[in-house]
Amino acid sequence: MTKDDCKKLVIDIISDIAPDEDLSAIKPEIRLRDQLQLDSMDFLDIVMELRKRHGIEVPEADYSHLASLESCAEYLTPKFAAKA
Amino acid sequence: MKDSHYDVAIIGAGMSGLAAGIRLAHFGQKVCIFERHNAPGGLNSFYSMAGRKYDVGLHAMTNYVAPGVKGTPLVKLLRQLRIEREEFALCPQKQSRIAFGPRGETTLKFTNDFAVLDAEVAAKFPAQAAGWRRLVALVRTYDDVSLDAKPLSAREVVAQHISNPLLADMIFCPVMYYGSAQERDMEFGQFVIMFKALFLEGFARPLEGVRVIIRVLLDKFRSAGGERRMKCGVQRITEEQGRAARLVLDDGSEVTAKHVISSVGYPETMRLCGPVHTAEADANTGALSFIETISVFNRQPAEWGWGDDTIIFFNDSDRFEYAQAREQVDTRSGVICLPNNFDFGSDRLPEGIFRVTCLASYERWAHLPEEQYQADKQQWFEAAVRSARRFLPGVDDTVLAAAQVATDMFTPRTIKKFTGHLNGAIYGAPRKIRNGRTHLQNLYLCGTDQGFLGIVGAMLSGISMANYHVLQSSTRG
Repeated sequence: MTKDDCKKLVIDIISDIAPDEDLSAIKPEIRLRDQLQLDSMDFLDIVMELRKRHGIEVPEADYSHLASLESCAEYLTPKFAAKA
Repeated sequence: MKDSHYDVAIIGAGMSGLAAGIRLAHFGQKVCIFERHNAPGGLNSFYSMAGRKYDVGLHAMTNYVAPGVKGTPLVKLLRQLRIEREEFALCPQKQSRIAFGPRGETTLKFTNDFAVLDAEVAAKFPAQAAGWRRLVALVRTYDDVSLDAKPLSAREVVAQHISNPLLADMIFCPVMYYGSAQERDMEFGQFVIMFKALFLEGFARPLEGVRVIIRVLLDKFRSAGGERRMKCGVQRITEEQGRAARLVLDDGSEVTAKHVISSVGYPETMRLCGPVHTAEADANTGALSFIETISVFNRQPAEWGWGDDTIIFFNDSDRFEYAQAREQVDTRSGVICLPNNFDFGSDRLPEGIFRVTCLASYERWAHLPEEQYQADKQQWFEAAVRSARRFLPGVDDTVLAAAQVATDMFTPRTIKKFTGHLNGAIYGAPRKIRNGRTHLQNLYLCGTDQGFLGIVGAMLSGISMANYHVLQSSTRG
């Protein structure tokens, strides 16, 4: 899995939990919170959907790694690789 | 043989319990909702009588915002439960009114556009306009969903901005009637939740009423894999070593669960615990109950000039007193709901419906012999309707009587019977438990006594408690 694949999986999740957001022009290096109307409940959902769909665990102490698409990819890609 | 162990057991299939259940089932928790009655919905439910469908509880769904408005409770709830907005089929109100004075001489109109109320206040209370706007600014920025905020008196906070008691009472009347469990005052965080829900957001309902919302919740819960046992209440929560170890069901069987979420109220939950926590329950039991009359007409209310207002909050006295009724019913103030007056587009309700809600005394209704109870219902039905009609354009008694095809009424006794709420206290305990924690480490509260008010609030309460105590904690190291 490449980092781009990983970003795509995260976008898939966000599009399901926040179908009312426009995800077509997300800038990967900018915090998701600053581009989209996402609150802590939505971030919890990203964590829970990663577990449900992909068996990836994100402990509470690591939630901050999900701030931007870029940081998501940085943090999650090795976790996906470890599962493969 | 039914399963007897769950990840999460939820007590009560009302709005909050169903919402919690949907979240948990969606994320793979093995969850079961136990409901004593055969109908779901709890405080907001529906029934049929003589072929007619009735709603109870819900006058209007609060927190309505138009499509595209983000970040409000309605939008959070839709996202969290994976519900598409269209599924609720919400139709916005036309307008509502706060009418004070013996014949409603002072009125404040409000709609789902806050600018309308803002202009009304400025026009009718010009000297208060600056303070009103400071209050609104404070409400907009206040963190009302904080799970550990310090309690403040809403009366005191509002008085810092609004010095005219009439205006203060007119603001408090709808906010209290639609959610306050406390007499005469409320916690400021609760005030903010309700102010936003009613005035900054607004009212809507599905054409077919609350059953549409409950049906959506049931479908989501079922398709997520949740289990539901109806006519199967929990009669005891057995405590062992600081945990809710077992639930004893009404049929005597037992189940166990890692987590237990109770939506039945704080004192009610304390009384389910074995040993019973009577002192804690008694120290935080609500006293506010209500009656509601429902009149069904074979005419549309608009024919009588009753076609504009969706909800009318009325009070005839110098001061508005939100407190336990001294008589069986306190008809000085109340709420009128005309469900016909939502904007249903090209549809309309087939019959005219006129509902009146007033404060009532549980004590004075609870112990009446059946014959007296029925007679008193009749008497107070007429008194409540008569009081409310002062705030609507006049219609001759004979005209109304000729058009009336059915009536019904609930009393504090009905509320106790169907919801289990002690004292028939619809809005539950006066002190809310915002973080949902109890003396048992795996027993949490959601719903009315957690304190997010209104039906959208109730659903968000279930969501928040499921998130906070079960889902999020499962990611803690």
